[in-house]
Formats: sequence, structure tokens, C-alpha cells
Amino acid sequence: MKPAPFDYVQARSLREAVDLVAQYGPDARLLAGGQSLIAMLNMRLVTPRILIDISEMSASAYIRTSDDHITIGCATRQSEVERWPELKRYAPLLLLVLPWIGHIQTRSRGTICGSIAHADPSSELPLCLVLLNGQVDLVSAERTRTIDGAAFYDGVLQTARRSGEVISQVRFPLLPPSYGVAFNELGQRRGDFAIVAVAAIATSDTIRLAVAGASDRPETCELGVMSGKDLDDSLNAFAWSLNCQDDLHATARYRRQLIRALGRKTIEEALACRS
Amino acid sequence: MQDRKTASGAEVPAASDRWTGRPIERFEDASLLTGQQRYIDDIGVPPGTLHAAFVRSPHAHANIEYLDVRAALASPGIHAVITGRDIKRYTRPFTVGVKAPMEHWSLAIDRVRYQGEPVAIVLGETPYIAEDGAALVTTSYVPLPAVVDTLEAMNPDTILLHDALESNVIADRQFVYGDPTAAFDTAPHTIQVDVCYPRNSVTPIECNGVIASYHAGDSSYEVTSNFQGPFALHPVMAMALQVPGNRLRLISPPASGGSFGTKHSVFTYIVALCVAARLSQRPVKWIEDRLEHLMAATSATSRMTTLKAAVDINGRIAALDWDQIDDCGAYLRAPEPATIYRMHGNMTGAYNIRHLAVRNRNVLTNKTPSGLVRGFGGPQVYFALERLMHRIALALHIDPIEVIKTNLISSQDFPYRTASGGSYDSGDYTGVVQKALDSGFLACLEEHRSVARAAGRCYGIGLAAIVEPSISNMGYITTVLSADERERAGPKGGAVATATVSVDALGGVSAHIASVPQGQGHVTVIAQVIADSFAISPDEVLVNTELDTGRDAWSVASGNYSSRFSGAVAGAAHMAAQRLRRRISEIAAAHFGCEADDIIFANGRIGSRTGNTSIPFRRLAATSHWAQATLPQGMHPVIRETVFWSPDVLAPPNSDDEINSSAAHGFVFDICGVEVDRETGRVTVKKYLTVHDAGLLLNPALANGQIRGGFSNAMGAALFEHFKYGPDGSFLSGTFADYTVPTAAEIPDIEIVHFETASPVTPLGAKGIGEGNCMSTPVCIANAVADALGIESIELPLTPSRLQSMLADKEPPPPPSHPMANDDLPPELQKYTVVGNGTTIVPMPPHRVWSHLLDVESLRSIVPGCQSLENFGNHEYRGRMALGVGIVKGAFDVSVRLKNLNPKSSLTLLGEAAGPLGVSKGEAIVRLAADTNGARVDYHYGFDLSGKVASIGGRMIKGAACLLIAEFFNRLASHEGPSAASRGTPKSRWQSLLLLLRTRIREFFSGGNK
Repeated sequence: MKPAPFDYVQARSLREAVDLVAQYGPDARLLAGGQSLIAMLNMRLVTPRILIDISEMSASAYIRTSDDHITIGCATRQSEVERWPELKRYAPLLLLVLPWIGHIQTRSRGTICGSIAHADPSSELPLCLVLLNGQVDLVSAERTRTIDGAAFYDGVLQTARRSGEVISQVRFPLLPPSYGVAFNELGQRRGDFAIVAVAAIATSDTIRLAVAGASDRPETCELGVMSGKDLDDSLNAFAWSLNCQDDLHATARYRRQLIRALGRKTIEEALACRS
Repeated sequence: MQDRKTASGAEVPAASDRWTGRPIERFEDASLLTGQQRYIDDIGVPPGTLHAAFVRSPHAHANIEYLDVRAALASPGIHAVITGRDIKRYTRPFTVGVKAPMEHWSLAIDRVRYQGEPVAIVLGETPYIAEDGAALVTTSYVPLPAVVDTLEAMNPDTILLHDALESNVIADRQFVYGDPTAAFDTAPHTIQVDVCYPRNSVTPIECNGVIASYHAGDSSYEVTSNFQGPFALHPVMAMALQVPGNRLRLISPPASGGSFGTKHSVFTYIVALCVAARLSQRPVKWIEDRLEHLMAATSATSRMTTLKAAVDINGRIAALDWDQIDDCGAYLRAPEPATIYRMHGNMTGAYNIRHLAVRNRNVLTNKTPSGLVRGFGGPQVYFALERLMHRIALALHIDPIEVIKTNLISSQDFPYRTASGGSYDSGDYTGVVQKALDSGFLACLEEHRSVARAAGRCYGIGLAAIVEPSISNMGYITTVLSADERERAGPKGGAVATATVSVDALGGVSAHIASVPQGQGHVTVIAQVIADSFAISPDEVLVNTELDTGRDAWSVASGNYSSRFSGAVAGAAHMAAQRLRRRISEIAAAHFGCEADDIIFANGRIGSRTGNTSIPFRRLAATSHWAQATLPQGMHPVIRETVFWSPDVLAPPNSDDEINSSAAHGFVFDICGVEVDRETGRVTVKKYLTVHDAGLLLNPALANGQIRGGFSNAMGAALFEHFKYGPDGSFLSGTFADYTVPTAAEIPDIEIVHFETASPVTPLGAKGIGEGNCMSTPVCIANAVADALGIESIELPLTPSRLQSMLADKEPPPPPSHPMANDDLPPELQKYTVVGNGTTIVPMPPHRVWSHLLDVESLRSIVPGCQSLENFGNHEYRGRMALGVGIVKGAFDVSVRLKNLNPKSSLTLLGEAAGPLGVSKGEAIVRLAADTNGARVDYHYGFDLSGKVASIGGRMIKGAACLLIAEFFNRLASHEGPSAASRGTPKSRWQSLLLLLRTRIREFFSGGNK
């Protein structure tokens, strides 16, 4: 568990990061917070020629708000967002979700955008990105583009980000105060990768639900406001549609069960907290 | 000390001037908590030390065809590569307690028998360079079928792990005590449980570490390692190295980052690294990493037990019949088969049962060798015995507590001799249980249970009553031999504890013990015990816990295991201090002109009962250094006393196979209430009471620390931890995300009550307390969960996924619109661990798809990450691929063969891949059919995967494989062969992505529809 040799460079600005990525191409890896990457380096699952550390780019460590969204820069640590006093007002879902991401120690290094880029199928932040249909801004030497959260994930550790691109920031839309949000997760232990995580947004006439851990990427479904057997049936159909997998910790059947059970609980909580 | 209750039985002397028995704070903690303690990896190494990295087998079972070390040796900074050939030249196979022609060497020779088995050592200038070098060693393996399942291993037709053995069952012994046959014949009921205890461990923070040197001048090896015993392994190492014992100097630093028994496993590495040091003529250092530790260090045995009881209508047990099968992994490694024999004297637990039959079998499978893990044999035995007690209650409709009470050994029967020869030194089991019940704890849980059940919740109560053995008899392992074999080998028994107490030239007191602490607080307790002998303060006593076999007093029983510290080690320290006190008293008597019996030690001074004067202890204690002339006539200087103490109750097994396997026997009685969430299957331990009688407590705060620690480990065993293997023997639990050790957040607070019945066997009346909850808690929680769910059979660990499937026997069916499960998996793929299938539409006619699949040029561009691919004729291709998912990438040497070719309609692809990330083998069956849009390609695939990526990537392997295989067919679909070129525009990445998505949507795994 010692990494293969690599060079390390700390980018001082987004521009510099983009230039370095352009220069080294697929031989380079971006180090955002390192809470997954460093372990993978030690295991030699990843053997880059150069690590470009973007976590100290102070100009990219920000949380900005506008009338319709909040924007989080690529060097912003999870703990900074977690401690942000306005979080409840601007991003009630993130307020619920952040304490579930790893442990307090990992959140003090891990970044929001790093987790979104890593695309672990069990991760909470990609779940939020997809549920809220946020946006990812990508910058390369040639251009800047924006991808909707719903189109960002391609599969296990796979995203629409191309070689040469750096996530500069992500945007989460603000929800009207009348919307209710809720989040639940079941892992083996506190801080573990979710076996299944579920988040929901409820409005007066729709429920939008997303799950992580069940499939190779976060998956969503839209339901009308319903309850009782209708809700159970809809959740069951959603659970069966997801191609759940067996793994070391849980069977596919158990994952479907969690989607049904946590799904209902989460929807009920989201409906209940509408104002 | 809020937990401590008034003692029953023998009272602790309440003398307020005694340090022993007080819950004083630990002297160790300041240095441990502030990072000031020195561990093996912090110790400086001699200049020129090389660092070792092990090359390990990615296969569970394979012959080694060749090992190519040239590239590694040519790499800068690499000094040497040690292989099995060197090991064979300089060492002998390890000796073990069973007479069998099994060879176990410190590096694999010709054949590997578990994933992670070391096959070579690469020595480099830094640990990084060494690991770079290890990646350059090429090993060619010819895989053999892996024997993974214990019962399958016992099948006479199964492949043998060791050709020289007649069977994978390496030991099989049957024992009969009393007349169990008659008891079963006459009993109104025979009640049986069949249980499995899983492979698990207790994982220390610090892994194994070794610094080895060879001194050519005197042909001796010197090793510093965090080895912690049993030192019975010292002769095993010396014999393997073919040197007399005095040529292997073994040094353990004074502190370690935990062991829980597991660090005994460093001994095979010590031997390998001694050879490495000798051949490289350099000191060699190795620090085991976490993956190595989880994969290849050690494990508790998994055990299959069939246990029957002959029971009367009141639940009174007349006889037990045990059939125990221990899975010991690929090699029987010392001290195995000790797991199964450690408990031999107490197979009837806390119960008065006079008739006993035991069959013990030790089986070899393609897994990591088993060994010492906290609880050692106890969790396995009590999981069966206490599940049986619960089952008897269910079968006879008796309250479980009544079944326990009916069978407990009664208090007037102590010392109690068990049917198999165990001698329970002291106890008051019925009194302890009654007092626990009088506390109202159980009644309170029963009320919680009624309330919860009335509300539709799933609540259960569990009980467990166990005997906790401590201070192992060095001879118990020989119970595996027949009486004749033992006769020939010579009797073995006893358990020598060693301690030295000395006074220095300024009258300071120091102690040395032959037991290296793993965090228990040895320094504090020894200081307390010794302070009492001299009436000084414990903080004046310096306790040295380093162990150096070349310098210190030690014996084969030395070390930190079998909960022997309180009873044996602290007892020996007390005896050494008493001996020194007696001799200092004689000097004092001469000084004061009185009898030695009139000398008193108080408040750091020595005086005479008969006079009014006293002098400081320090001054008188230093007399022997400075003023021998003042010593009484004929007295030798009094500077240091070493005591070797062995309990006289530890005789070798007798001709009837009776053995007192441990010197002291404590008692633990646990009650718990749990709730299982109906929807998620998650277990919450709501209330837990653990009542202990471990003899006299030397420091109750430390005793509680042992209980809480053992309880936490046991929570892991009960609910979380499991070393998992694939059906091909691949190891699947290589990280702490896969091997889930509970954290503080998962451990509930517990209630602890102590009773203190002095042991008549140990010098201080103390017994071990380090392992009791590892033995009682897993089964107590299992009993509670079984009660909650109303089920008979239960398997550990009690994971939410497992329990939820027991709570709901079937799940809601998929909606009618859902595609039906794929149950047409071709039979030839059923042997694979991962199977799946998919369909893709390729926009070209089937004959063109067919020609691409058979064309090496096309394959080069279709195969993801293909760097080279050559046609070796006969539809065989070999090449190199850089396979990756997301940021994970690895190079693999790949060979592919096509067979069953039915032109334009179907073929089978057989593939193998090998690289530093692991090895894989699999096949795909591809069928082509015409489709309105071109060709419809249906594929089924199956593969096995072992090596690193299987051990650490469990969570994502299926998803990743899905992606790669889909990518292959996607690339086939978008492939621009020569004939397609005329159709113009190459597909963009976006179009490919859309196709990939389409493929994925159509795809489903058979594994996903169970």
C-alpha cells in the first residue's frame, strides 16, 4: 500500500489547473480532497504520472448565492458547506445530507466537487445533484460547458467529464419554501458507504425521489402525490426497474426492500415538512 | 467505580493502604494518548537496512510454473529477491502439533494454497522502491480448483491441498467421557443444534512488523518484532531456521498498537525475513499493510458444530455430544489445532454434565491459515452450547433462564472437575445468576418485550452463561495426539510465568515481566502489585515490558495471550516482590536487631514492630549495592529476584484424554434485549447487562476496560465482521469498508457488575477477564435476535440484509411490465461468480459482425484499452490491455480463444487476464440474429476475479464489469470496419454514449433478479 511514483503540483488557479490538465492529458489526475483518490493511489488502482492538487486554489473555494441557485467552487471543502450558517435557508437538502458523508475527519478534507466528480454509485452528493437537477460547469483549455446533473453520470466512476476538463463549480437550484425535502440512508455503520440512500422533494402535486447505492449511478423517479398502496406499488415498480446488484454487504433484494421502506419513509417526511 | 458491587464469596481485603484492587488511572495513557509511545515502525533501524515487500498469490490454489525476477532485480534500488527456492535451502518446514506430512514454509514453494500467500520478497532501499519492484516480479501460475467449502473439503473425491496427506481432514479425534451412549438412550429428549461460527478476527490498529538481522560472526539471527507470544513459537522459529534457540534473539518493543492474538501470525514472516537478511547481508525491515493483514495474517477458525443434548422433561442435561469441524485454512499453523482444544476441559460450559462425547476434526481449505484471535475457541464453543440452551427451552416450553439454572454447577461443588478433566478452581454460578435476576434487569426486559410486541415491534431477549478459561496449559494441544503418541513425544503441561523485581543503587524498584502489553495496562497493575509489597507508591515502581529472549527471563508460556496476565504474570510479579521483601526484611532485622518477622514496611519506610525507629525504604533497599559488610552473616547481596511460577494444576493430558486445559476459570452471565427493525432488518441492542466473576480484581477500572473492549469486539462478531471468500477462493474483505469493524458509534453502553470469588490457584486470587465477552456476547445477541424473530436457526454476522430476508419470507413481486428474470443462463456459465447478459443492436448485417469478431484488426479496435493483440492461429489471440473504469486503470496480459464457432450465428469467447490488479478468467457466449436495424447481438457472460481488485473492489465489481463488457459490444456496434467506411461519419462519443445507454437499459443481470 505504497503508491507508484508520481509528480505532484499544486495549482494556484483554475487557469493553471486547466493548463496542466491540457499539458499532461490522461496521465494527470486531479486531487480535489483526496478522500477516495489517496486510498486508490496507495492501492495502486490509480497510477497517474502527475497529481494536480486543486484543493488549495483559494479563488475557487466559495459558496455563492443568487436568486435561483447556490454555486459551490471546486476547492470548497464539504466541512465548509456543512458549517455555512445560511445552509438551511439555501440548501436544506445538503443540510440533511452532509453529516452522512463519510466522517467529520473526511469532510474536513473532501470537497463537494471532488465527490461529484468521483461518481461513486453510493455517494450522497451525486444523489443531490441528480435529484435537484443541478448543473456542473466544466472548463477546458478550449471552452467552457455546462452539463445538467441528470446527464452527468455514465456509470460506476464514470461521468460526462472529458479528459482535459476540470469541474470549476457546481450549482444547486434553490427550492421554493413550499417544497419539502427529506433524506434517509442505511449503511452498515455510521459513515459507511450507503447500501441505499434515498432523498425526496415534495411539492403540492409531485414527488421527486432519487436513490443512490442501488444502481451504478443515482436514479430518480417522479410520482404524483400519493399514499397507501399506490405509493407502495409505485416504489416497488421503481425498485424493480433499477437493476440492483448483490454485493458483499447486501443482496439485490435487500436493496429493493430499502427503496420501498426508506422510499416511503422519506416521501412521508418530505410531504410532512412542506410549509 | 460505579459499576462495582459488593463482592460475594471471598471479600477483597478492604485495607485502604493496599494499591491492588483500586481503580487507579493508567500510567500508560499520557504517552499513548499524546503520541509519545514508540511502536515497531518508530524504532530506528541500523544504517543500510533494506525494506521488504512481499509478492503474493492472486490465486487461492495454483501451481507456480515459473517466477521471473529479472525485471525486478534490474530495477534501480532493488537489492535482492528472495523466493521459495532460497527458503527451501535455508529453512525447514514449520513444526506443528499434529503428526502429518504437511509442509508449510515461510514462502510458497511450487504451489500456492490461499490468496495472499507470500511467494517472494523484494528488498529495496525504501518501502516504495520495494513495492515498485514487487510489481515487476512475474509469476506464472497454473490454477487448480479451489477448495473453499468446509464440507466439500472433507469429501474424499475433492482435490487435496497437500498431496502427501490422505485427506484434507488433517486431524480427527473422538473422545468419550462417562457414558454418553447410555445417557442418550435413556433420555426422554434429544435436542440438537447445527450452527456455524464465521471466519472473523479482531483487528489491531498496528499491523505486523519485523526488523531482522543476521550476525555472521556467531551465526545468529536478531529480530525486533511486535511478536507477543506465545513464546512456544520461539522454538518453532528456531527449528525452522535450523539454529539452536540461543541463535535466535527475539526482541519485542515495550508497546504495541494492539494484537488481540493476531500478532502471533508474524512468526512465519520472521523466518522468511531472517533468510532475507542473511542472503542480502543487510538488516531487513517489513511493516505489514492493512490489505496484507486482512487478507493473509490470520483469522479465527470458522466452525461447523452439531451439538446434541440428552435432556429430561425439566430441561436437565445428562449428556452432550459434540461434533466440531474447524476450518483451519491452507496450512495447520502453530499453535493450531489449539483453537479446538483450548476449551477441551470446559466443553460442558457452566453446567454440571457428567457424560460427554466429542469429535474434533480439523480441515484444510484454500483460505488464510487460522490462529489466535481474542476469545480463541470460546466464541465457537459457546455459540453452539448457548444456542442449544435456548433451543432446549423452546423445545420443552420452559423459560430459558430456568434451563440455565437447572443445569448450573452448584456452588458447593467447587473445585469442580468436569467430565473431560477440567478443574474449575472456584465460583458461585448459581449465586451470581440469582443476584443478577434479583436486580430486576431481566424482569424489566420482559416488560419491554411485552410492550414492544403489543405494538407490533420485534423485540427479543437473550441470555448466555459461560465459563471463561484463563492461563492456558501448554499441554492441552497434545490432546490432539493419541495417548500412545503423547507417550512417545513426552508429556507436556504447565504454564510458566516469569517476573523479575530488582532494586537499584538508589533504592528504586524496577520490575520486568515476560508479557508485552497490547494496551491492557500491564505497567499500572504490576506497579500496584509491587508497591503493596514494599509499601511504596506505584508511581515509584518502574515496569519494563520489553522482552528480549537473549537477555531476559522467559519460557515457552511467556507472552500476552489466554488472559494470563492477572492470574499468572501479575501473580509471578507479586511472588518476586515478596521474595525480595523477605530478604530486605532480613537485612532490616540485622539493622534493627530484631527478627525478620517483626519488620514492617509502611509509607515508604522500613521499621521494626519492636522499636520506634525506621529508615527510608530506599536507603535500606540499596544496602546490597553499597555496603555488603552490613548484610547479615552469610547473606548474598539482595538486588534482584526472578520468579518462575507455574500453576500446579496444569498436568499433561492423562491416558483417558482428560485435560485441565486452563488454570483458572471465571464466570460470565449476560442478559440482553434487542430490537430488530422489521423494515430494514437492523438490530439495535437496547439493554445489555454483563455480570463477571473473574476472581479478585487487581484494578476494577482496567477490568471494565477489558469488558468494554471485549464487548465491542463481540458486537463486531455478532453484527458486522466476516472474512468473505468467493466460491473460487478469492478473498473479498480486503479493506475496512468491506471488513466492517464497528466504531464507537455502533457500540451501546452496557451495565457491568462484578463478583469476586478468589481463585485458590493463582498467587493473587485473580483470574483472566480479557476474553469473556468475546465468548458470551455473540451468542447472547444471537439468542435475543432468534427470540425477536421467533426463528430456530441463526447465522452470524446478523447483518440487516440477512435478517430482513428472514423477517419477510418473500418480497413483493415486480410489476407485470417488468422484464422477466433471466433464468436461461447457459449451464457452462453457472460455475462463475459473476454472471450477466445483455443485448445490443449493431447497425450492420450479422455476417459483417461475424467477420469483425474473427478479424484481429477489428478486435484490436473493439477491445477496450487494447494495446496489442496478436493472432496465434486456431482462433487464439494474446495481447495486452489497459483496462479501466473511471480513474481506475490497470494493465493486463490477456489471452482470448474462440470456440464453438457456428458461422454468423454463435460463438464462445474464452478469456484470461492477469496483471498487478488481479487475475480473471471467464467466457462469453455470443449469439447473432438478423434484426430490422442490422444485427441483434445477445450475450451471456460469466467470470471469476481474484487478487487485489476482488479483495478491495467488492462494492463496484459488477457495475464495473457491466460497463466494460457493454463497452466492448458498444464498440462493436460503432465499429467502422473497411466495408462500413463508405457509410461515412464516424460515430461521435455522444452517439456512442447513447448506444451505451441503450445497451445498459436493455441489460440486466441474473444476479440482480434473485
